[in-house]
Amino acid sequence: MRKLRPDLAAIAALIAPGARVLDVGCGEGDLLEYLVREKQVDGRGIELSQQNVNACVGRGLSVVQGDADSDLADYPSAVFDVVVLSQTIQATRSPRSVLSHLLRIGRKTIVSFPNFGHWRVRLALLLRGRMPQTATLGYRWFDTPNIHLCTISDFIELAQENGARIESAFALSGRGHTRPMRPDAWGPNIFAQGAIFGLTKN
Amino acid sequence: MAENAQPNFLRPLAAPGADIGQAISFGESQPLSLDSGRTLSPFTVAFMTYGTLDAMKANAVMVCHALTGDQFAASRHPVTGKRGWWEMMIGPGKPIDTNRFFVICPNVIGGCMGTTGPADNDPATSRPFGLSFPLITVRDMVRAQAMLLDALGIERLLCVLGGSMGGMQALQWAASFPGRVISAVPIAAAARHSAQNIAFHEVGRQAIMADPEWKGGEYALYGTNPAKGLAVARMAAHITYLSEAALQRKFGRALQNRDSFSFAFGPDFQIESYLHHQGISFVDRFDANSYLYITRAMDYFDLAADYGGSLAEAFRGSRTRFCIVSFTSDWLFPTVENKRIAHALNAAAANVSFVEIETDRGHDSFLLDEPELFATIRSFLGSVAQQTGVE
Repeated sequence: MRKLRPDLAAIAALIAPGARVLDVGCGEGDLLEYLVREKQVDGRGIELSQQNVNACVGRGLSVVQGDADSDLADYPSAVFDVVVLSQTIQATRSPRSVLSHLLRIGRKTIVSFPNFGHWRVRLALLLRGRMPQTATLGYRWFDTPNIHLCTISDFIELAQENGARIESAFALSGRGHTRPMRPDAWGPNIFAQGAIFGLTKN
Repeated sequence: MAENAQPNFLRPLAAPGADIGQAISFGESQPLSLDSGRTLSPFTVAFMTYGTLDAMKANAVMVCHALTGDQFAASRHPVTGKRGWWEMMIGPGKPIDTNRFFVICPNVIGGCMGTTGPADNDPATSRPFGLSFPLITVRDMVRAQAMLLDALGIERLLCVLGGSMGGMQALQWAASFPGRVISAVPIAAAARHSAQNIAFHEVGRQAIMADPEWKGGEYALYGTNPAKGLAVARMAAHITYLSEAALQRKFGRALQNRDSFSFAFGPDFQIESYLHHQGISFVDRFDANSYLYITRAMDYFDLAADYGGSLAEAFRGSRTRFCIVSFTSDWLFPTVENKRIAHALNAAAANVSFVEIETDRGHDSFLLDEPELFATIRSFLGSVAQQTGVE
């Protein structure tokens, strides 16, 4: 088994053993495999890339090819203990509707995303007048799948508009360290490379 | 009581001493109740097994065959002498590993390889059933298979899998007997037969019935054989099992043993003689009336209809693990139909994987050398076995 990326390890730490978990945008299944093997969760995944899906099934995981934007509507309410959306929300067509479905499907929703409010991003636009390219956001403006980037403050606003309660929040540093943050603090919105939020429906 | 019987084939065996498999007969105390409201009794189910049933009877895997398949999935066909239709899939060390699993492959009810079908004698008249054989459904096929399992003393299947109509049976198994199916792998299947597919089947049936040798289905009494009609049915169907791209790649417009057109209606093109060969070789091993009955069973298949029109209802509360497989170039049971199943299973919060395999070889890909299919089946079965505690 591959070593878990630090942000995924931080997400895994928020999930109780034996939970029923849906990982939306599960990629090649690194997090899912870890959760199934180490935490005995009942894990499922949705993944856009068929190649990744085949890789997941090859690892013994239960994953369907699907699109978060269109397929989440099929799922009944409150059937999963935890729904994970890791580094995916910025690539969805309708983040608001995706988040609202996640909050409906899972008793707890964990979302991680890159922070577009990071100072390097701000500086790139301010000083160079160019669309930012960073380590976590390496695409150029015309070929990026990340069509709905947001800052930590933006996300908090969307979560609140969707009637979500923020149960936990973590800032991700460039080196992959995670530390708890106060959602209303201004610092992470400038200094964190990304964030992880644990949400429940109010 | 069920009793062991000899499988009774359509034609004399091509190879004496060939493995003809096993059969179990169900007497009048165990009739098969059919969806049509009729019953079939007595009846026989012929089957093959591969591997060894473990002491806990926990390693049984059922393989369901497609329209023109049979129980000889991994052994030489006793009539044609050809290799089994899933020999690449089933065997020691193969994706369905017979060192680990006990594989049961039954011939469907209505078939012509030993399981009771229209070519068999009606005990009431001592004459072949012909069209007096009751119409059957995919659910009837599965009911008969469940009775076979009972007779073998096997309560639960580690997995039920099959392609095309075999996939329909796998879905029906999961819906009808959720407690007996730990996992199901429908490959290149659908939860309902589409209008286009029914249309193709009707062409095939009409071809058979238009053959003067069919004689209202009583050809056995007249000593005739509607081979031409059956061959045409097979030719038309065979086109639907391939893809435009594969036909173009394999044959193109190439001519058969000639440099120019004959300006006659003989087989000028390679694709023509290929189809003729498919038609002619089929009639040696298949019964025309069986073809009518089994295509009809597929036409009637609509799993959602049995559950108030909601496919998700068919799998409500299911604990079965599903792995749905489709092929990109399959236009008979296209990916979109397979995805419908996956979506319904999601909606029922069932445990489902969905794999689409890229190939240009069409519907028949499930019978061909497709490494990604083998890898998927191998790892899925391995994971189910591990979860269930099968060595």
